[in-house]
Amino acid sequence: MATTLTDTAIELSGVTKHYGEVHAVDGIDLTVRRGEILAFLGPNGAGKTTTIDMVLGLSVPTAGTVRVLGSKPEEAVANGLVSAVMQSGGLLKDLTVRETVRLTASFFPRPRPVEEVLARAGLADIGDRLVGKCSGGQQQRLRFAMALVPDPELIILDEPTTGMDVEGRREFWAAIREDAARGRTIVFATHYLDEADAYADRIVLVRRGRVVADGTSAEIKAMATGRQVRATLPGARVPDLQAIPGVESAEVRGDTILLQGRDSDMIARHLLTQTEAFDLEVTSQNLEEAFLALTGDGS
Amino acid sequence: MSSSTFRGLNPTMLEIELRRVLRNKRTAIFTLIMPVVLFEVFGSSQGTSDKVGDGNVTAYILISMAVYGAMLAATAAGASVSLERAAGWSRQLRLTPLAPAAYITAKVLSALVISATSVAVVYLVGTTSKAQMPTSTWFQTALLAWVCSMVFAAFGLFMGYLLPSENVMQALGPGLALMSFAGGLFIPLSQYNDVFRAIAKVTPVYGVGELARYPLVHDGRLAGAIVNVVTWTLVFGIGAAMRFRRDTARV
Repeated sequence: MATTLTDTAIELSGVTKHYGEVHAVDGIDLTVRRGEILAFLGPNGAGKTTTIDMVLGLSVPTAGTVRVLGSKPEEAVANGLVSAVMQSGGLLKDLTVRETVRLTASFFPRPRPVEEVLARAGLADIGDRLVGKCSGGQQQRLRFAMALVPDPELIILDEPTTGMDVEGRREFWAAIREDAARGRTIVFATHYLDEADAYADRIVLVRRGRVVADGTSAEIKAMATGRQVRATLPGARVPDLQAIPGVESAEVRGDTILLQGRDSDMIARHLLTQTEAFDLEVTSQNLEEAFLALTGDGS
Repeated sequence: MSSSTFRGLNPTMLEIELRRVLRNKRTAIFTLIMPVVLFEVFGSSQGTSDKVGDGNVTAYILISMAVYGAMLAATAAGASVSLERAAGWSRQLRLTPLAPAAYITAKVLSALVISATSVAVVYLVGTTSKAQMPTSTWFQTALLAWVCSMVFAAFGLFMGYLLPSENVMQALGPGLALMSFAGGLFIPLSQYNDVFRAIAKVTPVYGVGELARYPLVHDGRLAGAIVNVVTWTLVFGIGAAMRFRRDTARV
């Protein structure tokens, strides 16, 4: 890999992108260190693709600056320091898999050998297949192969497994994970929480063009997971409920009480042994709900 | 122009571009087979051995059909940008060091190669026909048909950027046939009335046909034909350049 003098892969400062009245990106500050595997997680329309387009130099910010490996984005792209796997498109159906990689390699001054790239993306067996005859998963691995051609410092993947079946997703991530083990910086946008959880060192949660959470997978989960205990308890008062061990928040709706907390067993035991509560129900807030809690319009 | 204007331009691009054309049956039929078939149909009918300029009517029709094939080939090569934009390939190319001008240059080069192939095929078939003209005229007319077809490489590029369709050639094929009638390529202008003849002279096919046939007929309308070719090349070229700039602008 080419060497650069910076330890920072991506630096966004005060980046905004407005399309008329729409604030697609509304002030993002973010530093991605080299060697990190970072998931850019958020619902559709959160500004993930807009941000990625600016990092790749495909569009320019309304305000703020974007630096990629110490250069302007378009320079980093031209020097083969950064490449990307886009969500869809970007392939010619009437070329074979090998021709597509050969053609891509012909644009770069010092490309990796075509056969090596095909092997790394798990495409060695289907090099002569027409792109139009490849499955969605195979096409996505071809996009990954094209991204590997310049042997970049940084690969950006925009929702790379959208529309893939379970097997396709598994094979795709196996190829990525093997590659990441070589120390490349990887940034991927996704709205699949399990992907962010399984493959990223760091998760940045975006909502409405802003970063709403930033941390390891464990830290993000701790921020938003928990269980809800629901019971009937006539005459309950919020301050009393909040005093119950393990309760983080409490709500009273008529005779029904709603208690949030991470240790639902402790809350339930207290309610059943120390109060008159009945009709007890424990529901878990899974990761998807946690994600929604952090990124949804209600938060 | 800086040294990076054509960054990334390379022979592999051209090679793969040509493979794609050969792989596409529709393009192969349009650009290589159809002009030959039209020549066989029109060029072997009654009265084709009548004298025209330095040769005969068959030679006149041969040149016209070579121009038609070269036009189709060049248009198809240029218009392929439409499909590549629709497929997101143009966007993908922006993630490589390939300079936008290098991409357009590759399209023009591929138009030159495909159009030359089309002219060569028609002329090869022509050698086995009743076409008669001096040896030097064979080469001069072939060269002119080929070079002048670049008007239509510009036309194809312009349409490719203008029309979003994946099958832009389906619209342009009949369009080119109409333009060929309008420009006097399929029917000699002498058969038209004064109004249609006046209109024909400002249409884009007129200049190419007149120029390519000039070494055979020497009929003295050279200046008008040159003005026609240059003007339409500029119109289509500038149109394509404007659309291209809009397409590759970072917004």
